[in-house]
Amino acid sequence: MSGEAQLPLASLRASARGAPPVHWLPRALRHRSLAAGLVLCIAILALVIAAPLLASADPNAQDPMQSFAAPSAAHPMGADAFGRDIFARVLYGGRTTILACAGVVLLGGFVGTIIGLVAGYAAGATGFVLMRLVDLLLAFPGILLALVVCTILGPGLVNGVFAIAVVLVPIYARLVEGATREVRHMPYVDAALTLGASVPRIIAQHVLPNVAPGIIVLTTTWLGIAALWIAALGFLGLGVQPPAPEWGAILNDGANYITVAWWITVFPGLFLSLFVIGVNLVGDGLRDELDPTLSAR
Amino acid sequence: MSAYTLRRIAALFALAFGISVLVFLIIRLIPGDPAIVMLGGNAGDPSLVARIHAQLGLDLPMPVQYARWLGGVLAGNFGYSFSYQQTVVSLLRLNFVPTLQLTFAGLAFSLIVGGIIGIVAALQRNRGIDTASMAIALAFVSVPSFWLGLLLILVFAVELPWFDVVGGTSLKGLVLPALALGLGSAGFNARFIRSSVLQAQTLQHVVTARAKGLTGARVFLRHVLRNAILPVLTIAGLQLGQLLSGTVVIETVFSRPGIGRLLVQSILAKDYPTVQALVLIIAFLYALTNFAVDLLYPVLDPRIAAR
Repeated sequence: MSGEAQLPLASLRASARGAPPVHWLPRALRHRSLAAGLVLCIAILALVIAAPLLASADPNAQDPMQSFAAPSAAHPMGADAFGRDIFARVLYGGRTTILACAGVVLLGGFVGTIIGLVAGYAAGATGFVLMRLVDLLLAFPGILLALVVCTILGPGLVNGVFAIAVVLVPIYARLVEGATREVRHMPYVDAALTLGASVPRIIAQHVLPNVAPGIIVLTTTWLGIAALWIAALGFLGLGVQPPAPEWGAILNDGANYITVAWWITVFPGLFLSLFVIGVNLVGDGLRDELDPTLSAR
Repeated sequence: MSAYTLRRIAALFALAFGISVLVFLIIRLIPGDPAIVMLGGNAGDPSLVARIHAQLGLDLPMPVQYARWLGGVLAGNFGYSFSYQQTVVSLLRLNFVPTLQLTFAGLAFSLIVGGIIGIVAALQRNRGIDTASMAIALAFVSVPSFWLGLLLILVFAVELPWFDVVGGTSLKGLVLPALALGLGSAGFNARFIRSSVLQAQTLQHVVTARAKGLTGARVFLRHVLRNAILPVLTIAGLQLGQLLSGTVVIETVFSRPGIGRLLVQSILAKDYPTVQALVLIIAFLYALTNFAVDLLYPVLDPRIAAR
């Protein structure tokens, strides 16, 4: 997976200077997978945001009379062991999963980018030590590293977000460090330095624009994976704690009753899958748009 | 032994050292007294707390603790599991083989299915079959493995009585878990193998071979596939680690014995010595796999050894 992360810099630079920004939306919509992914993601986001309008206000409200009620007009997705409405739990749970995975890429991406910029720009001993630490973290399979952090911090949604963000830090750091090191000695950076530009200015004006397309592609790729992992932690009991709904946690509720009530398991997984498919479609489209060497193949 | 091999061996040792330090730190980084966290409700018993302190050597200086722990690990002593009331080694003995079987079955499935889809898509580039194959691959990558596992149980064990709901360690019990574990990787492989084949087709000697009139099949087998396999090998090495840690979820879904499920239960039970042993073993196996891939490289591409 990290193999894809290192996009050729030449193409990134070309695309950064490519089509004028005014046209990006129509151009993006002409790309079929990008458009389909956006539609899917927006549809799911709209459903999840409109949860209070579409479903009962309280996803945790129990109704013993409705225990294991099959899907019906009153409960479009049925009810679970406690008679809680699955439709409401799926919509409210989606808020948690989506917010959490957005938190993961924002946190991990931000910290990783900073470390990559520092290591790439400072080079020398600082860069060396930072990048060996990055190598060490990359030597762990991603989920295993997240589980290690979960062990230290204990179960819980916020801890889960931290745990998965830790996995992303070295991945972003490696991408950004490579690109930064390459740009660092470009003649125009030397020229800017000679003219007295400050380091933050050089990073903002010259380094970041070069790295941005790579960061965007990496972020969409990892948004989908983060959603799957947040749900996996919820499913294992290491993420969201009951009774709060979350797609993975609802799946966990349903797993024990799969022989009597398939609906508890099927619907949250379906929403999670559709969301990740949408994110991945957007990611593929962005990759094509931002990296001409890949789409030319 | 070539300089390349020596460098790889040195890197493996450095990595093993780094992994061991990180795994050692797991217990020491836990906020508060790990003995009290581990004991939970029994934390009031000072003799138990003292016993854990003594076993972990928590009262000694850090480097001494590390040396003691590493010495034990190298001698095959991973400590005592508080939640299972037995040595971690005997737990490993029970759980290791089923996980390896599942991992390799998943890898085989992902390479075969991914390979077929990827090669077909590459040969039918930009036609309907290509688009359909890549749509399927995208779905494979996006569907959560634990949901897929539950759906497989629902369809093939509940609705159709073809398999048992709780898979045993028999060969038949391996089918559904391996499918659930490997499908995501299969989707990833399909995409990767497709682009790998497409890239190999543009290599100069492949173009030459075609120009001098070799048949399509011969060019594909001798020239395209051989060049396309190298990047796939790297990915397979990385994937073995992902699949190995993916067993954490799949073994839980199928209630299979194995180190993945053992890891989750140990984390939930705050059984830190067991967690340490499992993380160390999985991470080291992962490092070892990638080391093996590195050594295989020059065999397949002599140019790498020459560098």
